[in-house]
Amino acid sequence: MKNKLFEKYFVFSPYFWLVLFFFIPLAIIFKISISVSEWGMPPYQDIFLFDNGFKINTTFENYVYIFSDYYYIGSFVNSLILALISTFFCLLIGFPLAFYIATSNIRLRNILLVLVVIPFWSSFLLRVYAWKIILQNNGILNVILLNLGITSEPLQLLYNQYAVIMGIVYTYLPLMILPLYGYLNKFDLNLIEASKDLGLNRIKTFFKVILPLSVPGIVAGSLLVFIPVVGEFIIPEMLGGSDRLYYGKILWEEFFVNRNWPGASALALSGIIILVLPIVIFQILYSRWSQKNEI
Amino acid sequence: MKSSLIKSTVIFLGLFFLYFPILVLIFYSFNENKRVMVWKGFSLRWYNELFNNEQIIEAFIISIKIAALSATFATILGVMIGYSLVRIRKIPFKSFYIFLSSTPLVLPELILGLSMLLFFISLNNVIGFPSSRGQLTIFISHVTFCIAFVAIIIQARLTDFNKNIEEAAMDLGYNYTKVLYKITLPIILPSIIAGWLLAFTISLDDLVVASFTTGPGANTLPIVVFSKVRLGLSPEVNALSAILMFALIIIGLFYFYFNKKFKH
Repeated sequence: MKNKLFEKYFVFSPYFWLVLFFFIPLAIIFKISISVSEWGMPPYQDIFLFDNGFKINTTFENYVYIFSDYYYIGSFVNSLILALISTFFCLLIGFPLAFYIATSNIRLRNILLVLVVIPFWSSFLLRVYAWKIILQNNGILNVILLNLGITSEPLQLLYNQYAVIMGIVYTYLPLMILPLYGYLNKFDLNLIEASKDLGLNRIKTFFKVILPLSVPGIVAGSLLVFIPVVGEFIIPEMLGGSDRLYYGKILWEEFFVNRNWPGASALALSGIIILVLPIVIFQILYSRWSQKNEI
Repeated sequence: MKSSLIKSTVIFLGLFFLYFPILVLIFYSFNENKRVMVWKGFSLRWYNELFNNEQIIEAFIISIKIAALSATFATILGVMIGYSLVRIRKIPFKSFYIFLSSTPLVLPELILGLSMLLFFISLNNVIGFPSSRGQLTIFISHVTFCIAFVAIIIQARLTDFNKNIEEAAMDLGYNYTKVLYKITLPIILPSIIAGWLLAFTISLDDLVVASFTTGPGANTLPIVVFSKVRLGLSPEVNALSAILMFALIIIGLFYFYFNKKFKH
């Protein structure tokens, strides 16, 4: 009898907290996103009206408004492209690093792994700020380029989309390396030797043996980078310019500057749907693919 | 020979890429000049100014307070979730439970922050509480999204756990509660500490969710730092960075120590 009570206590305390402070807030976003907006405080009408009998007062206009304006759709597309490019570069840098760490001897391996992840523990905001210093017009990178004679005057490296990509790849790289390492670590190194013995060259060994076996790690790492980057707000704000608008910035301004709460809520929900849908589709395709290949 | 050279080069370049910006930041924190980018000479001037900057000191104290409290609450609730998911069979609407405890991990912070703010405003309209936003609302939001991180660490630890020890204790007459408090929790204690450290760091570092849920008298450190460096550079922030980076890296090392402990 006593066990039951204790189990209930363990299950329901966090259950209660998360329903109250996570699920209900999401439900409220949904509610406001289908409310009619108006001037005032709060800047939307109730969805249930009681003055002349009961009436439900909802609208999909906020969604129509977002999806008919290139300003919003464009920023969604920009964010998705940004996330794709950043994920690609994280993979490009992260894969060889994770692979070589995983194939080092055990003692070195643990040290290297800690070294790779430790920057991730230091403040996110300050790591982005560090790039602001490096990419300044009279910053360290420009000084090097000038001294090497590659350019004759300082380049404008900051406040454009390339600086944003740089900052994202830098801050999110550990999130790519960790899961990659996790899978590569379990990898039987003899397979590489075997494939070489069977006459495959380096490139073929990579594409036929190493790459297929590390797909789960690549998938996990890519999702860990891709998802948060789509909603990233701080990095474009610190390093980006006005050449490109991203989803995070638009959402922030819609709420804080335009004070359009229903619009911001609709943007947030659309973000969830646009983000979640490709991931679900991807995972279905991926699980089919892995069943077929028996990984 | 050739492949080991490639290997060392890749690892060296990778580590260089990861540490170079941090080193640059620390280097410039010792610059005497008010114009951050023009080197004038070695000085501890900005460290001195930092410690006399009341705004930053106050924000630091607020941040530490919120981080310690929310990490503690998140750890208690996260351990409960981790334990429930691995050990308790009957959870009503289990997939909903899993959804609630794992979605905060992947949801963009911006959406989380917006939903919390709108929730607090709606709550205030209905029951008149919280009448203004501040440290309490940041605390609640931080607990909510830190729970998931703790839960995942505890879940991983308990899945690896040798159940025989618990069963042996039961056979020897310990009841359920006693097994939990005398056997299970002490054994997973290093993971609990690791979870707390992770939650503490996440809360201390959070800017986006705190910006949404903050109010009068609750400017956390990231909010103050962001307002200082959004448009330019600040020599005081350089000094702060060097100190914070150092402190956080030490916390990180402790995390690894506690989280790895059970594997041996």
